[in-house]
Amino acid sequence: MSNRPLSPHLQIWKWGPHMLVSILHRVSGDGLAIAGLAMLLWWLGALAGGPEAYASFTGWVWADLGSLDWSGAAIFASLVKIVLKLVIIGISWAFFNHLCSGLRHFVLDIGAGFELTANRTWSIASIVLGFVLTAAFWAAIIWL
Amino acid sequence: MGNGTSIGRVRGLGSAHAGAHHWLLQRFTAVGNLVLVSFLVISFAMLPDFGYDTVAGWLAQPITATAMILMVISTFWHARIGLQVVVEDYVHNAGTKFGVLTLLNLATIGGAAFGIFCIARLALTGAA
Repeated sequence: MSNRPLSPHLQIWKWGPHMLVSILHRVSGDGLAIAGLAMLLWWLGALAGGPEAYASFTGWVWADLGSLDWSGAAIFASLVKIVLKLVIIGISWAFFNHLCSGLRHFVLDIGAGFELTANRTWSIASIVLGFVLTAAFWAAIIWL
Repeated sequence: MGNGTSIGRVRGLGSAHAGAHHWLLQRFTAVGNLVLVSFLVISFAMLPDFGYDTVAGWLAQPITATAMILMVISTFWHARIGLQVVVEDYVHNAGTKFGVLTLLNLATIGGAAFGIFCIARLALTGAA
């Protein structure tokens, strides 16, 4: 088994958007599966735990950046709070990116969209749409 | 291994040694995720605020709780078979692969059970 030939890997091929969308699909899927589901369980556990647990959860993952404590040992906690906020925003992008590239997979599954120009167009479109939907989601959260 | 026909010589030699059922389940759960996570995301956008009473009261409603329990099942199932493919791609030692997939099963089934329990607790104890 170990002597079986390997297919050429990333460094062999000329980069194109179809490669990027494939890699981002796996990256965003892994991110959702690990960070996204962990955050989902933390959220659900905090809600089931009651108002105090929920306040602790929101204090960590969505801290008011203006009132972070930057003295002594609190610096570490403040850094964690900033990272958690980035994780939340990252999860939202991972969802919309995985959604768009997943829908692209459904189209490919029926045998459509393999022509070179169509494949290139929809690869770029699904990546761009992932970012656009992420921005639209946060705009809706902030202004709706 | 097969009897010497060209298909028989390659059947089962993919990294998973089986495929169509797993492939279809990934699609079925993907459709479930599309509907159910969209429900969650749209709800996030429409909730007036993210205070405990608002969120817990929203989650405790029968339709919401049902959708969120189904979402936990669908997303954890999708994540479990998706991560299995990643493991099969990159972990080549049979013993290590068995161990990693065992841990994956424990984490995803355990995580889903915890998520469902939390939602059921909120819904059944009449929070908010």
